Amino acid sequence: MHAEHAMAKKDSPVSRIELLQGTLDFIVLQTLRWGPRHGYGIAQMIRAGSRDVLQVDTGSLYPALHRLERQGAIAAGWEVSENNQRVRVYRLTAAGRKQLAAERSKWAQLADAIAGIMVPPTETQA
Amino acid sequence: MNIPWPGGANRERRERREEDLNAELRAHLRMAEADRVGRGESPEAAAAGARREFGNLGEVKHVTRAMWSGMWLDRLTQDLRFGFRMLRRSPGFSILAILCLTLGIGANAAVYSWIEGILLRPYPKVVQQDRLVVVAGTIRGTPGADELSWPDFLDLERNSTLFESFAADKITGTTLSIGDRAERTSGQIVSANYFDAIGVRPFLGRGFEPAEETGRNAHPVTVISYKMWHDRFQSDPQILGKTQRLNGLPHTIIGVAPEGFNGTFVGYAMQFWVPASMQETFDQSGYKLEDRGARWVESFARLKPGVTREQAQVELAAVARRLEAAYPETNKGRGIELYPLWKSPFNNAGALFPTLRIALVVAFFVLLIACANVSNLLLVRAFARQHEMTVRLAVGSGRGRLVRQLVTEGLILSAVAAVGGLVVAHWCRNLLVLVIPPRGVAMNLPAATDWRVLVIAAGVCLLTTLLFGLVPAFPASKINLASAIKAETGGVVGGSGRSRIRSALVLVQVSLSFVLVVGAGLLIKSLQGMRTASPGFSTENVLITALDLNSAGYDPQRKRVFQDELMNRVHAIAGVQSAAYARIAPFSYRTYSSAPIVIEGYQAGADEQPAADYDEVSPDFFATVGIPLVSGRDFARNDDETAPPVAIINEAMATQYWPGLNPLGRFVQVKGRRVEVVGVARMSKYGALTERSKAFFYVPLRQNFAGVVVLHLRTSLARGPMGLALAREIHALDPGLAPAELVTMREQVDRKSAAQTVALSLVGIFGGLALVLAGIGLYGVMSYAVSQSKRELGLRMALGARASDLLRLVMKHGLTLTAGGVVLGAAAALGLTRLMGDLLYKVSPRDPVAFAAAFAVMAAASLVACFIPAWRASRTDPAGVLRQ
Repeated sequence: MHAEHAMAKKDSPVSRIELLQGTLDFIVLQTLRWGPRHGYGIAQMIRAGSRDVLQVDTGSLYPALHRLERQGAIAAGWEVSENNQRVRVYRLTAAGRKQLAAERSKWAQLADAIAGIMVPPTETQA
Repeated sequence: MNIPWPGGANRERRERREEDLNAELRAHLRMAEADRVGRGESPEAAAAGARREFGNLGEVKHVTRAMWSGMWLDRLTQDLRFGFRMLRRSPGFSILAILCLTLGIGANAAVYSWIEGILLRPYPKVVQQDRLVVVAGTIRGTPGADELSWPDFLDLERNSTLFESFAADKITGTTLSIGDRAERTSGQIVSANYFDAIGVRPFLGRGFEPAEETGRNAHPVTVISYKMWHDRFQSDPQILGKTQRLNGLPHTIIGVAPEGFNGTFVGYAMQFWVPASMQETFDQSGYKLEDRGARWVESFARLKPGVTREQAQVELAAVARRLEAAYPETNKGRGIELYPLWKSPFNNAGALFPTLRIALVVAFFVLLIACANVSNLLLVRAFARQHEMTVRLAVGSGRGRLVRQLVTEGLILSAVAAVGGLVVAHWCRNLLVLVIPPRGVAMNLPAATDWRVLVIAAGVCLLTTLLFGLVPAFPASKINLASAIKAETGGVVGGSGRSRIRSALVLVQVSLSFVLVVGAGLLIKSLQGMRTASPGFSTENVLITALDLNSAGYDPQRKRVFQDELMNRVHAIAGVQSAAYARIAPFSYRTYSSAPIVIEGYQAGADEQPAADYDEVSPDFFATVGIPLVSGRDFARNDDETAPPVAIINEAMATQYWPGLNPLGRFVQVKGRRVEVVGVARMSKYGALTERSKAFFYVPLRQNFAGVVVLHLRTSLARGPMGLALAREIHALDPGLAPAELVTMREQVDRKSAAQTVALSLVGIFGGLALVLAGIGLYGVMSYAVSQSKRELGLRMALGARASDLLRLVMKHGLTLTAGGVVLGAAAALGLTRLMGDLLYKVSPRDPVAFAAAFAVMAAASLVACFIPAWRASRTDPAGVLRQ
């Protein structure tokens, strides 16, 4: 069943979760910083925010949301949307904010480091 | 697969969550659709597009669900399903693995249930047996245990504080006629609190009351067993108040013990219980309730919760010292020792202990060998599945997950095998009864497998799983992605690391099997030795049968007359060469009389209290059983009540007390009587072949009369005609008296080697099993090696190797493995066979013949196991292999 899919399909969601894990969590938390949002909204926002570069598939997004909920970084509740839909809305918790702050600084360092590698310093050796 | 859910509330929460997830994902789809419609797509195209973008709905749900709490259960279910599918895919492998484990686990569960049933909780229906201890007497300077006297027993009970209760019991017996056959029935003389102390409530009626244990023969009441109530009284509901004649005296039945309760004696199922006040009725050697010197009580006690045996021992030892000071004439040098039930000196549990210990070791070996086999099978499969594993690692499965999957598969195997093992164990527990010779020890194993046995068996399973589940898991989780991409190529026969693990496993198997085969060899030699050893009397042409005149209710005079008349009639039967009575037959389970003796002219040491066992025999006893008299004379008919007391001593007694002197005409004081030594008998064995030479003497039955005797017959007649002739003579004297069964002296001696027979059967069965399993292991490794190195073999052949060269190459590898295993096994066996201790009879635990035989057996087995793969290797078709 599932395990076989995992074996057979190279691009199965499982592999992407594993590849995107830490990153996706960070992106989701970051997105929720501007207010509660449902899953679809988060996906749209990531897409828009990254100028269509990042396309988060549902098979990665929902596990990430439920995992973060379980970890206590976000909380979920049911609301009725503008067009009368019952939607599950996620918002950042205090713990989530703390985690986000930590991840942000980590990401900033990483981004710096990668940028440094991408743009090698000019040779100073004589 | 039916996984029990932790609880209803949990299940509800889970269902709600599932609905929430569906709603959440549905909402996602609808919003995506709406957005697409908003961008101008047709509703149909929007729906299809949204679905496409969303991906596999079921998959998304699945991976999301995996994030919930309690998800280990989900993963477990998933692993289990997958595991089952993998096992179903290779049924040959699964069946073989499960079979190996079933045998291993079954053997262990069976042995544990024997140990449980015989040593740890030997008495069905008795509550909290772990707090019961056996209270035995000791004699300073003499090893072993003695019984207690009734006054001592009462004083111990009264003066101790660490016990909840003391109970006394003493095995006894009576003869009941069943149809026209007399049968000896076992019962127990018990203290009045017996049933309360062991927590057994009679199924009908009541137990004994305190008053019923006092007064000489004052309370002829009995509690009978459920079996006796059912068989003899046809489950009569009005049984209470009826009487049953026991040892000639009518006893009122006051209770029926619950079904399954066998009393408190390992080896016999008790059929009746009488209060201590009736001691004299059942004990021919007199009234003992007021005699501090008469030791006959076998007692046990229940410790208060939290009290250790050591603390209790200290308390009772102090009481014993006070008794010694207060009653020096009877209690000099007498102490108390507490034993756990499984070491009880009073029944067969202690005798079976070495056998069970060996069974435990042997069963564990079988389990190890089975595990090694399964590990080997799993390793081969892990190798075959390397591709699968590589793919799973490549798509991002965690290594931990892979290990878990493999362990789960192992768990499934051992769980299935555990169920099978319990079935095997259930059959095996009855097997123990089968291998015990019919007239030997009656085993009363509890009918149902105890839950503790289940727990232990489950524990063994878990251990097994870890053992062989993880062995293949380790190499699998260490798969090197890069090297795995390279095609698997077969190395030289027995080259790679993996095949080294497998070879090591085979090495272990061979060595363990070797130990078992050596053990079986030693036992066979012991048993042969016992079969051919002479006990010092004839085992051929001698028949014995019990004659119980006490139960017939005869008065003493009539008993004497009957014994004499029967003897005359027996002598007249054609084919009877001689006949004699003895109170106890050699190698009987009943105990000889024993008495302190005073040897006139012999100065005993300060702490020495000379004592000896003796038997009461009629004239012609020595001629009938075939014990030669070294000097002096046999008892004569006129050595009776009116004549001066005489005795015939054995050679050990002569040399011990009259070294260098002629004992004839000298005197021994026994129980206050001066007895003249009139003869010296050749040494023989009295109770068992393994016993050490000891002082022993005989007294005339007429001067020490007993109503229950054993008739010994030296005859050329077979058992059948002799039995008929004897029955005719007995009925001629008293039509109401039923004769008991005739037993040959050979059977009488053989049943005392029951422990060896049982041990041999167990080691033989398990050893054979181990040998087969090890053979399968060796065969498996060699076949696999050959199939993996087909290319190499083909190449060798193409380069000019002959079939015989290849045969030799493979055989050499296989036999090298065997040789290594045998060397290891021999080293282990040298250390382990000492465990057999007393079971070995005149055989050294390092007997070279047994070792050589084991070597030959292992060599033969491994030749067979290696030959088939080697032969297959020699038939390699080089062209075919190289073309592949």
